[in-house]
Amino acid sequence: MNKNFSWFNLTSITFGFAFLYIPILLLVIFSFNESKLVTVWAGWSTKWYSALLENQALKDAAWVTIRVGLMSATVSTVLGTLAAITLVRMGRFPGRTLFSGMIFAPLVMPEVIIGLSLLLLFVAMGLDRGFWTITLAHITFTMCYAAVVVQARLQDFDKSVEEAAMDLGATPINTFFQVTLPIIAPSVISAWLLSFTLSLDDLVISSFATGPGATTLPMKIYSQVRLGVTPEINAISTILIGIVTIGLLLAAFVTKRQTERAERERRKAFGAAG
Amino acid sequence: MSAKSNSLGRWYVIAAPYLWLLIFFLIPFFIVFKLSLSDVATAIPPYTPTFNWSEGIGKFISQLDFENYTFIFGDPLYVNAYLSSLKIAAISTILTLLVAYPMAYGMARAPKSWQPTLMMLVILPFWTSFLIRIYAWIAILKPEGFLTMFLMKLGIISEPLQIMNTTTAVYIGIVYSYLPFMILPLYASLEKINPSLLEAAQDLGSRPWRAFWQITFPLSLPGVFAGCLLVFIPAVGEFVIPDLLGGSDTLMIGKTLWNEFFNNRDWPLASAVAVILLLVLTIPIVLFQRQQQIERESGR
Repeated sequence: MNKNFSWFNLTSITFGFAFLYIPILLLVIFSFNESKLVTVWAGWSTKWYSALLENQALKDAAWVTIRVGLMSATVSTVLGTLAAITLVRMGRFPGRTLFSGMIFAPLVMPEVIIGLSLLLLFVAMGLDRGFWTITLAHITFTMCYAAVVVQARLQDFDKSVEEAAMDLGATPINTFFQVTLPIIAPSVISAWLLSFTLSLDDLVISSFATGPGATTLPMKIYSQVRLGVTPEINAISTILIGIVTIGLLLAAFVTKRQTERAERERRKAFGAAG
Repeated sequence: MSAKSNSLGRWYVIAAPYLWLLIFFLIPFFIVFKLSLSDVATAIPPYTPTFNWSEGIGKFISQLDFENYTFIFGDPLYVNAYLSSLKIAAISTILTLLVAYPMAYGMARAPKSWQPTLMMLVILPFWTSFLIRIYAWIAILKPEGFLTMFLMKLGIISEPLQIMNTTTAVYIGIVYSYLPFMILPLYASLEKINPSLLEAAQDLGSRPWRAFWQITFPLSLPGVFAGCLLVFIPAVGEFVIPDLLGGSDTLMIGKTLWNEFFNNRDWPLASAVAVILLLVLTIPIVLFQRQQQIERESGR
């Protein structure tokens, strides 16, 4: 029964994916349009991409965005991994409910609330708003996503491997770096990538957290989109979509290789035992 | 290794993310609440009173009041913005469910070897920029856009469609952007259902439709519940979608908050709007937490 698609399932999947992908495809195709009109095709051209290279403001914004993304994704992956360990391995401790609340609430909390509250915190702390406040804000909301991703992996791996290492005299820190981390590595990488793309995408929280000095790419795109649809925005969007797609495919590939290798090693181990 | 050093290490692991979230997530809410009791001022920062050690805390507190709240509840514009946000979020949640369910069902029943690829295809758009995906719809929905051109070519319509800058466009935008959030939990719960249950129902003479309503659908309810909350809660406070796709008559509270803050520079009023929004969303957020808790415990 599960060998083939049924007619109904095939139709619903096809329509669903058409709905998900046609808008993105149109956007990508029309970034190569010769005409300035975004909806009328006038032949292939890459001129909007070369126009991007001359747009200094856009390049500056891209550079800020990438630096914020690298910095915040790295810190948020570390904090998120610690948070995941806290959720899965630490059992009960005072304030656990509050902690898990603070991990899951930001996932659904409207961005305008997170943005406003962080801004008011930065003002109260007397911080200069700009690059660093955007980074702090991004760490805060992306670490919750990182925690959820790592937590899912931690939950379904066999805790007895860690216990065995500790019984053999490994310290908790050694156990973490030599046993736990290699096993959860694919999820840690996904957590980093997810944090990075979320940071790359964020408009609302950055707009609140920033000051006069720092403009990120989404903020730049947003201010241009409000003026109308232009092929230049299509081009920059296509580049962003390309980066994310390649990153995600790489991550999927790494994960697949890892699980295959783990599977092979397990078979070998069982083969040797039997 | 001594038990003592172990427990100390344990506290370090817990403390780092805990303190971070306390400082950057929890404490800010109290600041928002405090500011919502202040008054707007033409100064830097643009509100009064500001806390001053020399004057003491008593004077500071005596200057706080609920003026912003009485203003919001007295002005039908704000009340309507809250109600209309809830309505738009509820309708789009139902629409998202209707689009996502057949997809998730089809995915869960697809050949096993296909499922990882299909999952990947659902997740991929979620990773690409929200802003870009909304932007893509402007070119489709505007009067001279792709949809009008396409339907005119087919001869279905003769006049350009007026969807852009209406609430309909906002519905489309929300369904489109939040679809993966609905599909993933639905798929997770549908995929867990044992197919032999359905085979048994069929063997006992149940029609497929009835088997679906009596077996599949009830078993998928946890996924329906999780998906609806994941869509509904952020949709209530959505800003980008109503701002770019909606019209001037599309009232949504996220947009109101944004305007109060960035255009009118009334930080105290924006804070009061945020506090009320948070109170409105408390019940669904608590339900969501519960659901996640149950999910985590059953996952072990």
